[in-house]
Amino acid sequence: MSDRIAQVRNLSRRFGRTQALDHVNVDLFPGYVYGLVGGNGQGKTTLIKHLLGLLKAQEGTVEVLGMDPVKQPVQVLQRIGYLSEERELPDWMRIRELLNYTAAFHSGWDAAYADELLATFGLDEQKKIRELSKGMRAQAGLIAAVAHRPQLLLLDEPSTGLDAIVRRDILNAIVRTVADEDRTVLFSSHLLDEVEQMSDFVFMVDAGRVVLQGELDTIKQSHRRWLIQFSEHRDSFPRLDGVLWAECNTSLWSVICNGSPQEFSSLIQAAGGRVREERAASLQEIYVARVGPGTTRPME
Amino acid sequence: MHLEISPRDGMPIYRQIVQQVTYQIASGQLVSDQELPPIRSLAEQLLVTPNTIAKAYRELESSGLVYKRQGAGTFVADIACSPLAKRERRRILTARADSLLAEARQLGFDFKEVIELLHGRQAVLERSLKQEQSRVG
Repeated sequence: MSDRIAQVRNLSRRFGRTQALDHVNVDLFPGYVYGLVGGNGQGKTTLIKHLLGLLKAQEGTVEVLGMDPVKQPVQVLQRIGYLSEERELPDWMRIRELLNYTAAFHSGWDAAYADELLATFGLDEQKKIRELSKGMRAQAGLIAAVAHRPQLLLLDEPSTGLDAIVRRDILNAIVRTVADEDRTVLFSSHLLDEVEQMSDFVFMVDAGRVVLQGELDTIKQSHRRWLIQFSEHRDSFPRLDGVLWAECNTSLWSVICNGSPQEFSSLIQAAGGRVREERAASLQEIYVARVGPGTTRPME
Repeated sequence: MHLEISPRDGMPIYRQIVQQVTYQIASGQLVSDQELPPIRSLAEQLLVTPNTIAKAYRELESSGLVYKRQGAGTFVADIACSPLAKRERRRILTARADSLLAEARQLGFDFKEVIELLHGRQAVLERSLKQEQSRVG
């Protein structure tokens, strides 16, 4: 892989007593889609704000396109596209004015692309932002975020509160952005299906820490869901290597396990259990196993 | 080319694409030298990252089911020479055979009667093919 688009090293951030980010390391390489997952208030937005230069690193370093986004905001923001859940847009502007205004700040503005998206979304450029529905606001914000063909597109919960059609528009913009050579997308979402569908790599954050990161296909292949039955009743699941989460339903244990299926299978047999079913785990299941209640939080 | 992916399925999406394209090639829905959609347009259609499609096409290429033409696109290979496609075709036929046998048993036919029926149907098929040929000829 070639030069990094962004590099975050040992980034920590406190807000009062809350540890919002705790020694976070992130590398973004050109040409990939990165999904950022985690619950509300776990650090997703704080991380994105550091990449945008809206927050200054208290500890650690942030580098975007080879620059410090706090020290060189103009040069960095020129080449970044950003859309957040709040979609802070100037209410009093008409859509056309918003686009002209945004274009003025970006040398690489592609007016033809902006017009094409306007037509695709069926937006009336004479409408004022304040008159727009939630979905239309998101579409207008999306055009403003992508029409300068940014090298890095940051989307913070872009789909929250939107219907399926506008969500599709957003996913489509992600695809088109990375399909343009060497462009990179980082998007955060609590919709794990969406992340599972769209990401090449995944970061999972919890309580300010990155608890899992890697290539999505690799993560999915290494996490498996097992159904296991023991001949006699057990109050707890045996502490075996790789077990992340276990839950008992009548006499069947559902288990999410990370690691070699062969090894786990022989461990289960040795512990007196029988494998009833084994399959790949979904991202939702992996998420619950990693950060949800009932996780066994093993020593890794 | 119509594909259906389900992200929630534990199977990686690129594997789902590989399986469905393999099936369509083996079952004749995709024919040799037919062009597959460009990576970008299939990514937009399925709403997955272009890297996922590229990965699937690479895997199909390394198993000999498709080939790339320099500067053009990705095309279906002549599957007669592909052992993988042969296996896949056999798998499809095996599934049909299994359900035929199961249904026969449920309806009270024994194995010998099934074989006799197959011979009879084969004769009908051959007769109608011959009529077709003489009409065309």
